[in-house]
Amino acid sequence: MSVCFHCGLPAPGGVHRATVLGAEREFCCAGCRAVASTIAAAGLGGYYQTRTETAACAEPAVEEKRSFDGHKGEASLVLGRVRCAACLWLIEERLRRLPGVTRAAVNYATQRAQVAWDPARTGLARIVEALREVGYDAFPYDPARAAAAERRERRAEIWRLFVAAFGAMQVMMYAFPAYFGGGELSADAEQLMRWAGLLLTLPVVLISCAPFFSGALRELRLRRVGLDTPIALGLAGAFLASAWATVAGSGAVYFDSICMLAFLLLGARYLEGAARRRAGRMLDPLLRLEAPSDAIAGDIIAVAPGKTIPVDGVVVAGDSSADESLLTGESRAVRKGEGDELLAGSVNLEQPLSLRVTRTGRETRAAGIARLAERGAASRPPLVDAADRVARHLTWIIVVTALAAGAWSHSPWVAIAVLVVACPCALALAAPIVLTRASGELLAHGVLLTRARALEALARVTDVVLDKTGTLTHGEPRVTRVTAFGAMGENACLKLAGSLESSSRHPLARAFIGWRSGPIEAPRDFPGEGIEARVESRRVRIGTEAFCQALCGFPPAGAAHPNFDGSHVFLADERGWLAAFELADTLRPEAAGVVASLRRAGLTVHLASGDRREIGETLAHALWIDNCTGAMSPQDKYAYVAALQRRGGVVAMVGDGLNDAPVLARADVSFAMGAGADAAQLRADLVLLGNSLDGILAARTIAASAMRVVRQNIGWALAYNTLALPLAAFGLIGPWEAALAMGASSLTVLLNALRPLDTEPEWKASTSSSPSPSPSYS
Amino acid sequence: MESLYLLIPLSVALVFVIGWAFWRALDGGQFDDLERPAHDILSDDDRSK
Repeated sequence: MSVCFHCGLPAPGGVHRATVLGAEREFCCAGCRAVASTIAAAGLGGYYQTRTETAACAEPAVEEKRSFDGHKGEASLVLGRVRCAACLWLIEERLRRLPGVTRAAVNYATQRAQVAWDPARTGLARIVEALREVGYDAFPYDPARAAAAERRERRAEIWRLFVAAFGAMQVMMYAFPAYFGGGELSADAEQLMRWAGLLLTLPVVLISCAPFFSGALRELRLRRVGLDTPIALGLAGAFLASAWATVAGSGAVYFDSICMLAFLLLGARYLEGAARRRAGRMLDPLLRLEAPSDAIAGDIIAVAPGKTIPVDGVVVAGDSSADESLLTGESRAVRKGEGDELLAGSVNLEQPLSLRVTRTGRETRAAGIARLAERGAASRPPLVDAADRVARHLTWIIVVTALAAGAWSHSPWVAIAVLVVACPCALALAAPIVLTRASGELLAHGVLLTRARALEALARVTDVVLDKTGTLTHGEPRVTRVTAFGAMGENACLKLAGSLESSSRHPLARAFIGWRSGPIEAPRDFPGEGIEARVESRRVRIGTEAFCQALCGFPPAGAAHPNFDGSHVFLADERGWLAAFELADTLRPEAAGVVASLRRAGLTVHLASGDRREIGETLAHALWIDNCTGAMSPQDKYAYVAALQRRGGVVAMVGDGLNDAPVLARADVSFAMGAGADAAQLRADLVLLGNSLDGILAARTIAASAMRVVRQNIGWALAYNTLALPLAAFGLIGPWEAALAMGASSLTVLLNALRPLDTEPEWKASTSSSPSPSPSYS
Repeated sequence: MESLYLLIPLSVALVFVIGWAFWRALDGGQFDDLERPAHDILSDDDRSK
C-alpha cells in the first residue's frame, strides 16, 4: 500500500498523483498534493529531505466554513495561472457545472473564487480537483501563499514580455532589408535573414505566446470559444505560413508582425494586470485582517499604542482612543474606555489598553466585512453580464468572418488580421476593473458594497425611503419618564421591562440595557408589536399599546401624553396595566443635510416609520421630507415600496438591516446601518459601516460615476469592433496594424477605467457640515 | 556584404546571451519591486542598504 508523500497517510489507489521534486509521487488527497506542489514550486523542496516527521494531512486544514444557514460549505479560493477575464469566465462555468456547487463567483481583481457547495454532494477537494483539471491552481486563501503565487506569476509575465519585446526588435532588424533593401541583397543573404528571423521568432512563439495557446486549448476542451481562440489561431497561422515560406524558400514571411503582435498583446495584458492589482489593493487592508491571531476568546491581551488590534474585544483597563477608519470610513479617533468595544483592524492611538478577547480570526467583524466585500466585488451588475454574453457571441462571429474573408481573398493574412483586430478583449475588460475600484472607493467612504447589481440601480434611483428609528435617528433611545399604573413601583417596572427586552434585538430594547430582574421564561418576539414572556407563571407583555391591550383587555387609564413626541412602550400583564415608558431618541446630526441634498438632486424622499403617525409627521416636517407614513408594519413598508416601484420608481430603502429584511430585499437598492450589528447578518446591498447617512450621498455619486465609465467602455469596445471588423475583412488592415489597433483599444478602455471616480457629490448641501442642535424624536 | 554571413549568426547568438542574462536578473528578484528601491536613497537609515 502506498503512502502519501506529504502526510504519510495511506494513499489508496494512487488517485492523486503529481510530479514533485523530479519524481512521480502519490498523495492521499488533492489538499496534500496542492500543498506539496506549492512547496516544491516555491523552491522549498528541501523540506522533504530534512523534515523529521511527516506533515499534517492538508485535507482537514483546508479552510471550510459553514455559512450561517448551516446547509452549505463555503470557501474562498486563491486562483493561480489566471490570465485574463476570459479565464475567470471559464472557471465559473467549470464550477457551476459541477454537481453540488450552489454558487461560484470569481473576483477578477483579487483573483479569488467564492464557492459555496452542498457538502452532501461534493467537497472542497473535488472542487479544487476540477479546477486543476482545466489547468488552474486553486488553494484556500493564505496571505503568504497568495503573495508567493503572485510573485511567480509576475516574474513569468515580465519574462514573456521581455522575450516578445526583444525578439520583436531583433526580428524587425532582419526584416528591414526585405522592406527597404531595394533588391541589393543577394538571394543567399536574404535567405539567411529569413532563417535568423525564424530562429528568433521560435522562442517568442514558444515562450511568450504560450498563454494564448494554452488558453485556446482550454477553451477547446470546454467547447467554448473565448478570447484566446482567435488570437491563438492568428498567431499559429501566421507562424506556420511564414515558417513554410522560409523552408520552401519562396513566399512572404511575417516574422516581424508575429513578434510585434505578441509584444503588443502581452504589453496590453501586462498593463491590465498592473491595473487589476492596483484596483485589488484597495480592498487589501481588509483582507489582510484575516491573518490569524493565537489569542482565543476570553483571553486578556494588552495592546500597545500605535498597534493594530488583532481581535474583537472589550476594554477591561485603560483609557485611550482608537482609529476605526478601516472599518467605518470615519477618520476621527473614537474614545475608548472601560467597557467599550474594540474591533479588529482598528488602531490603538494613545495609551496602552487591556482587552478581553470576544471574537478572533474569521469570527471578527472585520473578517465578516471582508467576506462581504469580496462577495460584492465578485458579483456583477446585469449590464456587465450582458456585455460578457455579447463578447462570447462576438468571438464566434469573428472566427467565421476571418475564415470567410481569408477564403474569399485567398490570403491567410486577411484572416489573421481579422482574428487579431476584432478580439473583443476590450469588451471583456470594460467593467471588472471599474467595479473593483468602485467598491474600494465606497469602502474608503465607509460604505460596504455586498452586491454589485446595486450599483446599476443606485445610479438611477428616483425615490429614497428612509426608515426612522436607527436610520434618521441614532436608534439608541433612553427611558425619559416612567409612569407606573399599578401596584409595582417604577424601579420594579423598569427591571421587569429590562428582563423582557434583554432577549430582543429591537432598537428600543437598548433603552432598557442596565435594568434587569429575575429570569423570564419562553420569550416570544412579535415583530413590530412587542415581546411576550412568562414571569412567575403569568403572561407579561411589553410593546405597543394595542399589543398590551390585547392581553389585559381594557385601555390604560390616563396614559395619553399629548405634549410628548417621543414614543411610548407599555408594560402589562394578564391582570392589568403596569407601566408606560417614554423613550426619546435623537436625530442624527447629518440627517437634515442628507435629506436636503437628496431633494436637491431631484429625488423624492419618503419616511416610513413604524411609530405613531404624529411623530413621523413632526420629524418629516422638520426635515422637509415630502412623504411620510407612520404606524407601518414591515408588511406595510413592503407594500409601500412595491407601490412606488409600480409607478416606475427606482427605490432605495435605508433601514437598520435587521427588522426590515423583506422590504430591503424588495427595494431596488438597500442600505443598512452597519454599526452594532454583525455585518454578515445584514441583508442589504450596501452597508453604511460608519453609521453615517452621508454614505448614501457618496455611494450615489460613486455608483453613477462608475456606471458611466462602464457604459463608456462597453460603448467604445462595441464601436471599435463594429468599425475594425469590416476594415480588416476587406484587407485594409495588415496583421501588425491590427495588433496595434487591438492593443490601443484595450489600452483606451483600461485608462478610462483607471480615471479617478467622482466621490464628492457636487450638490451636497452645505448644512450637513454644521449640524443644528438636534431635537428629540424617537 | 560578406560580413553579413558572420554578423547575422553573431547577432542571433548575442540575442540568446542577452536573453539568458535577463532571465538570471529576473530570477534573482531584480524586477520584483520597482517602486521601493528608488526610495532607499532618500532614507538615512544605512542598515537598509
